[in-house]
Amino acid sequence: MQLPDAEQLLASLTGRIRSDVAANTALVGIYTGGVWLAERLHHDLELALPMGTLDVSFYRDDFGQIGLHPQVKPSGIPFEVEGSHIILVDDVLYTGRTIRAAINELFDYGRPASIRLAALVDRGDRELPIAAQYVGATLKLPSDKMLALEKGIDAKLSLSLYNPKSGG
Amino acid sequence: MNNNPQLNKNGELQHLLTTEGLPAPILLHILDTAESFVGVTERDVKKVPLLRGKSVFNLFFEPSTRTRTTFEIAAKRLSADVVNLNIAVSSQSKGETLLDTVNNLSAMHADMFVVRHSQSGAAHLIARHVRPEIHVINAGDGRHAHPTQGLLDMFTIRHYKRDFHNLRVAIVGDILHSRVARSQIHALTTLGTPEVRVIAPRTLLPAKVERLGVHVYHEMERGLKDVDVLLMLRLQNERMLSARLPSTEEYFKYYGLTQEKLALAKRDAIVLHPGPMNRGVEIDSAVADGKHSVILSQVTFGIAVRMAVMSILAGN
Repeated sequence: MQLPDAEQLLASLTGRIRSDVAANTALVGIYTGGVWLAERLHHDLELALPMGTLDVSFYRDDFGQIGLHPQVKPSGIPFEVEGSHIILVDDVLYTGRTIRAAINELFDYGRPASIRLAALVDRGDRELPIAAQYVGATLKLPSDKMLALEKGIDAKLSLSLYNPKSGG
Repeated sequence: MNNNPQLNKNGELQHLLTTEGLPAPILLHILDTAESFVGVTERDVKKVPLLRGKSVFNLFFEPSTRTRTTFEIAAKRLSADVVNLNIAVSSQSKGETLLDTVNNLSAMHADMFVVRHSQSGAAHLIARHVRPEIHVINAGDGRHAHPTQGLLDMFTIRHYKRDFHNLRVAIVGDILHSRVARSQIHALTTLGTPEVRVIAPRTLLPAKVERLGVHVYHEMERGLKDVDVLLMLRLQNERMLSARLPSTEEYFKYYGLTQEKLALAKRDAIVLHPGPMNRGVEIDSAVADGKHSVILSQVTFGIAVRMAVMSILAGN
């Protein structure tokens, strides 16, 4: 299956977000792919507020089934959440459960004025009422495949499809 | 299958009873997870929903306000419900056995027991006895082990020194009676510390302590030379009065950590102490409050490490 070029999708995503950026706009990337994207967006959009990162492991709804993620990374929100306009950034929007967890975690830092969502790929099949305001591409994929963003040694981003058993 | 009662059939942590025999990846997973909890404890809302709806029972058969409080805070910051039982003053004085107490609490749908007991092996006994969905954490058993203290010391060392592979570490004081020292020695060795020293008078060292892989010193002047990390131990009151020591003044003179003795260690050495401190016995106030001391950081990190242990256990 031919996957779209991640760098091109990021370029179009950057263009769409740019028109909405204000002085109090803050980006928050979700580990791991969302952080790579947020770093690039933060640089290209020249935002004043520092970028935040979230690892939603402590807020996931499947902790009771699968336990704690083996490699939890520290979340860091280096700006005042209270009253800020946040754009959450993730690589792939799928069931919506990660975004639900991320929104809950953000509210434990304060009450943002608004939260919007940017995703490089929206693969549909939502299990929660969640929608992205900025989407690079919409793809229909078989449910047994996992789509993930990868970062090459040249820092170039690409999309790859794999079977959940063989990858992370 | 494995013979380690702390691990389940998949080799994951089921109970935390001792640092002895735990593989390095499990120790490192706990330390890495704790890094993420440090950030949680610095936020406005110092709570995550991981253990929501779970019940953690603090079973303290031996009094310890400080350790019990840190476990209570850790469990509450994971959104668990916490019940504190000071059993030294309740059931046992009425004649109930340890396992009857545990059975009763299991019937109240406990998910996790945090156990402190004056008898070595008490937490092991409970861990062997409980249903497989219940997790047990040893919060100190006799002279045997105090694994969360050992782990928070490892977290603190790694925080300041980054890596264990170039470190010279000295453990100073009553090694003989110390469950903390045992937990530290096993964890340090597993994490690859090349040189672990113990410094103590002969009367406060266990026989054949070298078998644990440590170098033995009886004088601070030689033992502290060029060390990176000093792990001070608490001299328990009952030992001070025993025949093992002439007097606390004498102990302080030879083994109390003063700035003069600390000057023998490396210039950037750090000093740890599990608390509560006996100022003027094992440590001088000028050192306890000085720039090499990381004793209060240990307390802060201790919450994050206990949160990590509880959340890893609850998820396995």
